[in-house]
Amino acid sequence: MEPTIEKVSIIVSKGSLEGVYPGLIMANGARAEGIEANLFFTFFGLDAIHDKRIDRIKVGTVGNPGLHVPTWVGAIPGMSWMMTKYFARKMDGLDIPPVREFVEMISDTGAGLYACKASVDLFGFTKDDFVPQVKDIITVGEFYEIAAGGQIVFT
Amino acid sequence: MTTMTVAGVDVDVNDEGFFEHPEQWTEAMAPELARHEGIDELTAEHRKVIDFMRKEYFEKGTGPTVRVLGKKSGVSVKELYQLFPKGPAKVAAKIAGIPKPRGCI
Repeated sequence: MEPTIEKVSIIVSKGSLEGVYPGLIMANGARAEGIEANLFFTFFGLDAIHDKRIDRIKVGTVGNPGLHVPTWVGAIPGMSWMMTKYFARKMDGLDIPPVREFVEMISDTGAGLYACKASVDLFGFTKDDFVPQVKDIITVGEFYEIAAGGQIVFT
Repeated sequence: MTTMTVAGVDVDVNDEGFFEHPEQWTEAMAPELARHEGIDELTAEHRKVIDFMRKEYFEKGTGPTVRVLGKKSGVSVKELYQLFPKGPAKVAAKIAGIPKPRGCI
């Protein structure tokens, strides 16, 4: 019998578009394969579940060599907005949902969504700041309890 | 490729158990295929999803992703995972006798 993965816990630590999507895609993909999945949002990754920020996740256009845009060009006002629009259009064409819809869908697949307590305290957030799909604000210790017996992926 | 007998008929399947030739599938095979996937009883809701999988496959050449299923099959994402806990698109494709959908979403 081939080895299989039964459970993954994915940490989303970045708040840029390119920082948020990989974790969401991996969590959703895990559930689609019947793998148990949990998402743990920490530091700027909290923006992906923050009700007022979730629709404003942008591509990082400065200091992002993968974008192949000179840093000074990336710094022009409106650049990040424009690149984000560009990606949003491309992603829509590929049937990749916007972050809010994606988070709702992942929650519907049965994956658990959690916010990191240390980061929530650091930014002065409360549970009310987050989208309703967030199950709980948990400590790192509780995260490890939830992640026990599975793989942990940090993004 | 291997041969498997479903509902008394020989069909060609790949290593993972997905049909190589969707036209070999008949509705009578669905309950037995479902049991292989741990689904003891195929409800009307299961069948709704299976019919939609086949319809999409023959129209588009590939089975739908979970997102498409949730939007168009008339069964929500939440219900889809209740019906097919081991992965709706994957398991329903197997029961529907079509290849595994290859979308990432």
